[in-house]
Amino acid sequence: MAKVVFTPNLARHVPSATVEVHGATLREVLDAAFAGNEQMRRYVLDDQGALRKHMTVFIGAARVRDRVHLSDAIAEDATVYVLQALSGG
Amino acid sequence: MSDRILVATRKGLFTLERKSREWAVAQVDFLGDNVSAVLADARDGSLYAGLEHGHFGVKLHRSEGAGKPWQECAAPAYPKQPEGETDTDGMGKPIPWNTVKLWTLEAGGADEPGLLWCGTIPGGLFRSIDKGASWELVRTLWDHPKRKEWFGGGADLPGIHSICVDPRASRTVRIAVSCGGVWVTKDGGASWACCAEGMWAAYMPPERRNDPNIQDVHRLAQCRQSPDRLWVQHHNGIFHSRDGALSWQEAGGVEPSNFGFAVAVHPQNPDVAWFVPAIKDEQRVPVGGALVVTRTRDGGRTFEALRNGLPQRHAYDLVYRHGLDVDATGDRLVIGSTTGGLWVSDDQGQSWGAVAARFPPIHYVRFVP
Repeated sequence: MAKVVFTPNLARHVPSATVEVHGATLREVLDAAFAGNEQMRRYVLDDQGALRKHMTVFIGAARVRDRVHLSDAIAEDATVYVLQALSGG
Repeated sequence: MSDRILVATRKGLFTLERKSREWAVAQVDFLGDNVSAVLADARDGSLYAGLEHGHFGVKLHRSEGAGKPWQECAAPAYPKQPEGETDTDGMGKPIPWNTVKLWTLEAGGADEPGLLWCGTIPGGLFRSIDKGASWELVRTLWDHPKRKEWFGGGADLPGIHSICVDPRASRTVRIAVSCGGVWVTKDGGASWACCAEGMWAAYMPPERRNDPNIQDVHRLAQCRQSPDRLWVQHHNGIFHSRDGALSWQEAGGVEPSNFGFAVAVHPQNPDVAWFVPAIKDEQRVPVGGALVVTRTRDGGRTFEALRNGLPQRHAYDLVYRHGLDVDATGDRLVIGSTTGGLWVSDDQGQSWGAVAARFPPIHYVRFVP
């Protein structure tokens, strides 16, 4: 299972505990992470389902490549970090 | 007169209350967060705050009334953009189908409990029929071919900043767009017409200057008692209408300047309106470093600059389009500036008193009815 870790600053707005979910792509992993926490989806993804302009994701050490379709492959034991890009600060 | 003011700022929502003849901050909410719009709904006492998180996007919160807790409700969101379809504004810039800013919130008519309107950047008008539990994009306007001619004014993208629901007929709604003139529906949003005849735009080539759909209306306000009487602070002047926005006349002789963002109209007397001028579009500071409010009391024939109690030396306060409000009596006014200055008048602007606080940049002020 992939582990999904959220920026601690999200906790001020929505429950954002680390979760472990199944998924082969970033889209699948995030969909699973947002299941039961739809409010969180809107904090991370925009109206079109793309990563928000000032959010970023790291898959292990690698920064996300496909910010729109979230098609990056996720290994079974990966750690996915959902973070704030400093650009929005 | 209203003794409570909501002050939405770059770093929080401040509720001011008047006690023992003094205004003071009674409550602070969303401290540190960018509050772009606020609404006090006179129909049921609900309060609404539109937030714009730098990272997490726009959100909407509702409170059942002053002092009651805030709860997040739904924020207006754009539907899925059709695959492969491009959307560009009047200047050729791509329009994202994403809510960039909740720019204004307004209550529907007295006969429409729970109905809200929301104007957004990049130009979508939204309607809620359930106090913000859900929102629907008004597709008749969004899909109107002339909507794609709008362009940004001040902001990078076009946006709807003013919504006037006609108190006589709630299905008549007049909105204003930067930059896209004034648009009117008389059937609750089923159909729309651009109504800015008489306005002109100094920033466009002569061939396009009178085009109603490119007018940069900074703010539109109606007289509550005589809603056919409307006032506009435009990018290059002050305009008013006596026929419900069908035609507009420019007001001349406005000293010290006819440039500004905000306008408020007396709720009972349509001849009385207030503005807060700055030098010009390329120099957005008060003329001579002296903050003034301009007022007409004769329907725009003459204007006077009111300065009693306002800073007259080295004041660089700019009052944005939502930074001026008048209460239901028409006597009490408030202005809030980009440098966090806030002043209240109890005599229609004749004299002003500063509220002792150093606020963050002020986006929106509203009297609570």
